[in-house]
Amino acid sequence: MIACGHDKLSIHALIDGELDAANTAAIEARITACPECAAEASEVEALRGALRIPGARLTASASLRRQLRDGRIPTGSVRMQNAAKSSGPVRAPSRRAKAKPRFPLAAIAVAFPAFGMLAVVALSLIPHAAVEDPLTGELIADHVRSLQAEHLTDVRTSDRHVVKPWFNGRLDFAPPVTDLKAQGFPLAGGRMDYVNHRAVAAVVYKRGEHAINLFVWPETGETTSGTVSARDGYTVRHWRAQGMSFYAVSDVNPDDLAQFETALEGKAAPPPPSSPRADSE
Amino acid sequence: MRRFEALVLPHADAAYNLATRLTRRAEAAEDVVHDAYVRALGGFAGFRGGDARAWILTIVRRRAYDWLNQRRDERLAPLTLSVADDPGQDAEIEPYDPEQESPEQILIRKGEAAAVHVLINALPPRLREVLVLREMEDLSYREIARITDSPIGSVMSRLARARAQFGEAWRQIHGSEDFPE
Repeated sequence: MIACGHDKLSIHALIDGELDAANTAAIEARITACPECAAEASEVEALRGALRIPGARLTASASLRRQLRDGRIPTGSVRMQNAAKSSGPVRAPSRRAKAKPRFPLAAIAVAFPAFGMLAVVALSLIPHAAVEDPLTGELIADHVRSLQAEHLTDVRTSDRHVVKPWFNGRLDFAPPVTDLKAQGFPLAGGRMDYVNHRAVAAVVYKRGEHAINLFVWPETGETTSGTVSARDGYTVRHWRAQGMSFYAVSDVNPDDLAQFETALEGKAAPPPPSSPRADSE
Repeated sequence: MRRFEALVLPHADAAYNLATRLTRRAEAAEDVVHDAYVRALGGFAGFRGGDARAWILTIVRRRAYDWLNQRRDERLAPLTLSVADDPGQDAEIEPYDPEQESPEQILIRKGEAAAVHVLINALPPRLREVLVLREMEDLSYREIARITDSPIGSVMSRLARARAQFGEAWRQIHGSEDFPE
């Protein structure tokens, strides 16, 4: 006790995963030895639990999302009425803001001609696939972002018994999660993502050093096998099965993605009698 | 436009959560987020990749403080609620509970999540923001430092203070030393 400085900041940093290996060991030893430090550590952990109870983190309303996506707020909308009745004089500054157009992209393009022109030029430079199917572009952008931002996975494990329940409670559907290590596609983890204006599951697999993002969301319709689109060196393979839409995105070669689909569908569902693909492994 | 959507829209929840925590007004938070997205789009050409979430949160935070400061300027006789714990903080001017209910009553009537809202709102903004960014958005100290334009050391000490204050209040309203789990 006397030797222990009760260094709270280090204890917090340990729990926040901010310490390197050497310091982690040192602080853990201290927590083991010092009851006061141990109490601090369990307090921080408990508090973390309290701050993560469902509903504690606020989420943007559907209407706000819509505005952010495609612009203008209708005058006299519910939101403005709420704003007016709730807090009197202090509304003045944002009222001024409301007189301006609410995020209409067209208005911005007009107000900034250069920006508008850039957009036009940029659009004409994008290969046709992107124009024909915006979803392809969105999925590839998501895939790239997941790699750049070092945010490939929210839950990082190859254990499907961990990944699958992790999605429960975060999504209103249960994406199939299988480990395909034997087929050369080990499971790397899972992530929540936002695609096509909805929350989706991104199940992450590896092929060697390459990541495969498998975006999954429910979609009724016939079972279809893979259709491929490609752009900028990325391949998007789409199929539908088990009431879900699957989009596999990666920079591995397209044949590998075809194999991936085969492996996944062979595993995830009893092979449909009409499908010869399930036998190919 | 697509790229902007793909990069920034997924962070609408994070943006709204931070804006609401700072302004403590749902409708003001929507304004702030909206303004921030307009600005972000205007400056998107200057965005050189990297972490889109940190980028949009930085803009949201600045807009939220603008909003708080504007409000303060417009008030003739601001309520002076003590913010002694953070002398550098002056944008904080009003009691946190517009419904005049005690945190205990809120806990009983509306449940844990509502109590969390009230207790977070009771913290000074500089403590509130680090707590929210760390515990709800899972950002690293470095990212929080960048977003809040503060040294990492300040982030660490604010986070510790925020946790201590929140923990203290949480225990009080639960009437025991235990956290629910």
